[in-house]
Amino acid sequence: MDIIAQHGTTFMILACLFGFFMAWGIGANDVANAMGTSVGSRALTITQAIFIAMIFEFAGAYLAGGEVTSTIRKGIIDADVMAGHPELMVYGMLSALLAAATWLLIASIQGWPVSTTHSIVGAIVGFAAVGISVDAIHWGKVGNIMASWVVSPLIAGTLSYGLFMSVKYLILDTEDPFHRAKRIIPIYMWLVGFMIAMVTLVKGLKHVGIKLDMGLGDDFTNAAVASALVGLLVAALGALLLRRIEEVPNEENRFQSVERVFAVLMVFTACSMAFAHGSNDVANAVGPLAAVVGTVQSGGVIAAKSAMPWWILMVGAAGIVVGLATYGWRVILTVGRKITELTPSRGFAAELGAAGTVVIASATGLPISTTHTLVGAVLGVGFARGIGALNTRIIGSIFMSWLITLPAGAGLAIMFFFTFKAIFSF
Amino acid sequence: MAGSTLLGNLFGRSPIGPIQEHMKVANDAVQLLPDLLRASADSDWTAGKGLHKEIEKAERAADKLKRSVRRHLPKSLFLPVPRSDLLDLVSMQDAVANTARDIAVLIMGRKMRFPETMQDAVLAFTEACCDTSAQAFLAIQELDELLEVGFSGREVKRVEDMLKQLDKMEQRTDKQAVSLRATLFKMESELQPVDVIFYYRVLYMLGSVADQAEAVGDRLQVLLAK
Repeated sequence: MDIIAQHGTTFMILACLFGFFMAWGIGANDVANAMGTSVGSRALTITQAIFIAMIFEFAGAYLAGGEVTSTIRKGIIDADVMAGHPELMVYGMLSALLAAATWLLIASIQGWPVSTTHSIVGAIVGFAAVGISVDAIHWGKVGNIMASWVVSPLIAGTLSYGLFMSVKYLILDTEDPFHRAKRIIPIYMWLVGFMIAMVTLVKGLKHVGIKLDMGLGDDFTNAAVASALVGLLVAALGALLLRRIEEVPNEENRFQSVERVFAVLMVFTACSMAFAHGSNDVANAVGPLAAVVGTVQSGGVIAAKSAMPWWILMVGAAGIVVGLATYGWRVILTVGRKITELTPSRGFAAELGAAGTVVIASATGLPISTTHTLVGAVLGVGFARGIGALNTRIIGSIFMSWLITLPAGAGLAIMFFFTFKAIFSF
Repeated sequence: MAGSTLLGNLFGRSPIGPIQEHMKVANDAVQLLPDLLRASADSDWTAGKGLHKEIEKAERAADKLKRSVRRHLPKSLFLPVPRSDLLDLVSMQDAVANTARDIAVLIMGRKMRFPETMQDAVLAFTEACCDTSAQAFLAIQELDELLEVGFSGREVKRVEDMLKQLDKMEQRTDKQAVSLRATLFKMESELQPVDVIFYYRVLYMLGSVADQAEAVGDRLQVLLAK
């Protein structure tokens, strides 16, 4: 207890710094994958992409990020084991943050594709297993999380495969694809609006402290009806934007005008992608920070219930925005340049498939990798014969990044853990 | 630091655009043949030389594109159509350019000129063969549209119709070739034997241009077949 009382402020400041560092890393690197698809298919300019990222990453984190944050914060480790030594929790979370952020920085400089989610989960499991005890970890939960890393790209791939097939039959393979596109695309926009609203209403508002009741029986029905209405609003807005797109005859490629209609849709799916990313990945920075702050503020009781102060999310959001502004935009451009083969009609299917999967994972509190999910979604479109050439070696890279990132995150966290322990409780 | 983008590395270079470009260049070489035969009819060997040069240039450009397509099609790529079909397609397209070049080499090397009475029919035959190549080129230019719709549905039907047309055009050149050979056979005794051998040879090669253009169409058909 003394240690917490004595160094509480130091811990808080360190946690904020490390959390900010981690969020900066997410903004500088991870967001690029979420937004690069839209920039690559020229649906968004880089400036638009950054603005959408800033707004919707924050909205996602704030409105739907609660479940994942709480998993990272207290789902992986059994707080009871540390009841007598709350300072261990603080050291652990600080070292997990520092380890994950450091590893991300090293990996980025080396050009290795790693996932923020895997680094932080590896780091937390690492410090807890070695620094505290193997029993301190909810292995069942960790197993679920790891299973979700395999399952999420598969689900995203299936979704985007289905979405692209539906586009093929409903729009592209018809007599007049351009006008079909204008009529059908608002339905996909509705889907985007519905999805975001649904997750927000079912999972998000409870963290914000608002309760919606329209007198329709249970919460779920309430949310479904309200979300459907929100979806309609989104679709109406989309339809309004679509009216401005006119058909330009082009002999070289008869589908160019159709793609321009899809580009409008992609603005919407880009928002959903940023929202999804915010709802899942911001927690990687914010979760450990919340754990430290919670422990310090409650004076050493490892809080399992206390609500998360709003400013913690602000630290995460600010970190991401700064990361985007200082470095992320360049990475977005790099990704964008490399994926020009992804036209809006495919990009939207990939984004929506991935965003849907990530948002569902966020609602269930599973920290997954947005990037891996998006890769799965793109491969799904590829299976529908929609993309010119995909590099299958990337699947190997993903497995490698798991094999390397987990032990690396864990190793660094263990090192930092014992360092903190030596510094503060000698 | 920007190398860490998993998503950026996911996308390979699509072979579709370069394959279309390759066929364009190959067809460019072929489309110079009528002018070359006209130059030979007029015994205008300066113009012929210029055309020969242009054909050589196009053929070399086609070779370069062919190599580039092959180089960018490693086995690890995941493609919407079988890789082997695409490689076959490029080989066939390249054969069209090669034959055009061989014809130019032969005509210019021997300063060949068909007998006056055959000139019109030979020119008509040459143009028909070139039209066949142009039709194959048109069908290949649909590849990006095919990719857009995921190689299915109406677009496939559209291309199949174009390929049917291609078959018809090739058959027409076959008939023209038969009648030209018959004419040549009747004149054989009045002509230099060595010249006759090479007249047959050039007629055969012109016919090959049409055959190979049709073969390009056949590969495209295989590509589209489920």
